[in-house]
Amino acid sequence: MGIKWDEFFITGDPLILGSQIAIVLTMVGIVAGVTYLKKWKWLWSEWITTVDHKRIGIMYIISGVLMFFRGGMDGLLMKAQTSRPEMEFLDAQHYNEIFTTHGVIMILFMAMPMLIGIMNVVVPLQIGARDVAFPQLNALSFWLFFGGAMLFNISFVIGGSPDAGWTSYFPLAGKEFSPGIGNNYYAVALQIAGIGTLLSGINFVVTILKMRTKGMTLMKMPMFTWTSFIASVIIIAAFPIFTVALALMTFDRLYGAHFFTLSGGGLDMLWANLFWLWGHPEVYILVLPAFGIYSEIISTFSRKTLFGYKSMVLSILIIALLSMVVWVHHFYTMGSGPAVNSIFSITTMAIAVPTGIKIFNWLFTMRKGRIKMTNAMLWSLAFVPCFIIGGVTGVMLGMGAADYQYHNTLFLVAHFHYTIIPGVVFAVFAALYYWWPKMFGFTLNEKIGRWHFWLFVIGFNATFMPMFFLGLDGAVRRSYTYSVESGFAPLFLVSALGSVILALGFIAFCYNIYWSIRHADRNITGDPWNARTLEWATASPVQPYNFAKLPEVDGLDPFWKMKKNNQGLTIKDSEIKEIHMPSNSGLPFIMGVAFGVAGFFLVFEWHIAAAIAAIGIIAGLIYRSFDYDEGYHIPVDEIKETESKWRNVEGEVHNYVK
Amino acid sequence: MSSKIDYSLPLEYQTEQNRLNILGFWIFLGAEIVLFATLFGVYGVLYQRYAGGPTHQDIIMIKDVLIQTVLLLTSSFTMGIAIFEMRRQQLKGLIFWLVITLLLGAGFLFMEINEFIHYVHLGATMQTSAFLSSLFVLLGTHGAHVTFGIIWAIMVIIQLLRRGLTPTTARKTFIIGLYWHFLDVVWIFIFTFVYLKGMVG
Repeated sequence: MGIKWDEFFITGDPLILGSQIAIVLTMVGIVAGVTYLKKWKWLWSEWITTVDHKRIGIMYIISGVLMFFRGGMDGLLMKAQTSRPEMEFLDAQHYNEIFTTHGVIMILFMAMPMLIGIMNVVVPLQIGARDVAFPQLNALSFWLFFGGAMLFNISFVIGGSPDAGWTSYFPLAGKEFSPGIGNNYYAVALQIAGIGTLLSGINFVVTILKMRTKGMTLMKMPMFTWTSFIASVIIIAAFPIFTVALALMTFDRLYGAHFFTLSGGGLDMLWANLFWLWGHPEVYILVLPAFGIYSEIISTFSRKTLFGYKSMVLSILIIALLSMVVWVHHFYTMGSGPAVNSIFSITTMAIAVPTGIKIFNWLFTMRKGRIKMTNAMLWSLAFVPCFIIGGVTGVMLGMGAADYQYHNTLFLVAHFHYTIIPGVVFAVFAALYYWWPKMFGFTLNEKIGRWHFWLFVIGFNATFMPMFFLGLDGAVRRSYTYSVESGFAPLFLVSALGSVILALGFIAFCYNIYWSIRHADRNITGDPWNARTLEWATASPVQPYNFAKLPEVDGLDPFWKMKKNNQGLTIKDSEIKEIHMPSNSGLPFIMGVAFGVAGFFLVFEWHIAAAIAAIGIIAGLIYRSFDYDEGYHIPVDEIKETESKWRNVEGEVHNYVK
Repeated sequence: MSSKIDYSLPLEYQTEQNRLNILGFWIFLGAEIVLFATLFGVYGVLYQRYAGGPTHQDIIMIKDVLIQTVLLLTSSFTMGIAIFEMRRQQLKGLIFWLVITLLLGAGFLFMEINEFIHYVHLGATMQTSAFLSSLFVLLGTHGAHVTFGIIWAIMVIIQLLRRGLTPTTARKTFIIGLYWHFLDVVWIFIFTFVYLKGMVG
């Protein structure tokens, strides 16, 4: 219990004091607002206890947007600090903390929930199912992720942020060199969120394997479902490694074990190996669903079936396999010798082949298509060249011998931002523009969306393109400042200005959401884009049971065929049967809280308190074991009423393009 | 999810939700295999890094380990009999063999805790060396799984007593059976690669 209470809250930094005040004010504001609007009951019964995959998906996406804001602020602070040489805006320690939390939050608490959220909303609809296989487990996944994210986020005001980089390499991340509790947050919060992700992975694999509608064989699944499936398989194969790595880190830091320490026979590079054994597949967990999103959007807005469907499936399988055998390329400089480095160079460069196939397939899908330049399509188009820059520099970095030059420079930082931002963030934006009407029943404004698009894409290139050249000139990553003599100043300034444009793009996006909630036309059909897959064959927003009658499928682009042949678009009263639904449950939320509280105590090494909170977790599991709730049935009359409401809407979309 | 019951299948497979749960659990076991494989990998990297502390030969009590092994392997067999009884719709037999299984599991756990206490008395703790850190975490993770399995199985037994054999209770029993056999498989690897290899040197 060696915690000093006077160090509990971080004090003495005006930036952090400002954040503390802002957090308190926001929380008071939320509580007051919900109370004033008398929305507590609504919040509890409609959202917090929900097991509906669409609502869980929306909660994931909202959390992702909030975390994007948090991670983005970290990024802007870094860019402000390095905008001029010898700046004294942030000190070295504060800068360390900020690049650490920026990385962790952007990967694990922004990109992951955004994609898992979109998977949640879309996958059951695309396969013509009524929900995921385990709806309550799905809610638990979300609340574990959310508990972990919140635990990680309070670190910078209570106790101190982790400061050893998002990779948290040992020996730096060990107790010897990072004696504070910041890195305990890393070990514990990521563990909690990671368990949630693992459970999501299992849920989606079972859902996709067992719950596809009649006629949808594996090779007739939409591409987004395919990529989500493979990403889920990678989650199951990779996340347990992270679980173990974090547990061993916890043992090292909290209980004096010697896995990664310099003394006692530990091996610091063992951490690097375990971390990247998870970490490299992790980037493919992110990018594969994004590839699926692009496939859907490009096919829809080119009015063509996806080109080379089979080769697309084959290439994601190859990417998934290769993703498991490239982890050493993150630390060629460990010095494993030329043979090992050569093998990993080859596997790394081999990934460019299936990825290249996918790029050509997208291009061929567009060829001779009747392309419609919606915002979703624009993001998909911008993705191609930007991602190719990321990919080609990746091949440069993948060459073991050359990597000794690039290692730990800003060249690498620019490379992975050029893969992750076009590969994931563009995809998330594209997906939000594309599936927004499916989630909420109105489209986002296309005109404001253009501002969002151009500001973001220009800002992104202006921010990260200079970093390639800075890196080649020798600017190292994670360095909080540089000298005037280095000559880095002009490019750093361009990069900082770029980040401001990037931020303006994000603000335009937030404004677009606000504007569209207030003003967008609600009179839209279930199918505003003239799309091709099953999620568009039902209402927008989707009714709780998804499909009154489960659709039947006999090929790719089933909804397109239904429209063309005018089949299966109507429903007879006699076809409507009552539908079984799972009940809502408060347990997943309570479990998330219990995990969060137990984790918090563990971070502060208050073992007795943590053990007591852990009893709460066990109690929750026992309660669940004895829970025999069988769900409920929606009566036929209610389904008839719901169906007649949306099926009579005339097919006009008024207001979304201005 | 339809609640249609297909009587041609074994009890635990009769409803759609049961089939989903059982497949989900198999996939969860896949994740568990990755978890233990990682722990074995870590042990494989660190197992000779004694850091001047005790070695395998200094601490392992092979006789006790043999008894542990026999207890756990037998418990896997009795778990098999329990599931066999379940398929024969014999609730009493099922519960009897489940209780026997748990007693054997508890015996295993008791021996393992004694083994840990013995190690600590010899001055071989998790803090001593990388070898011992990896040993304790590998064995401890397995032991924690056994502990969790015992508590879980008790819950299932209570539900069997209350509700009898239904598709739901049968599914729960079947899944704990899968879990128990999995722990047995992991132990076989521990016995081989930790104890036998450690004694050979």
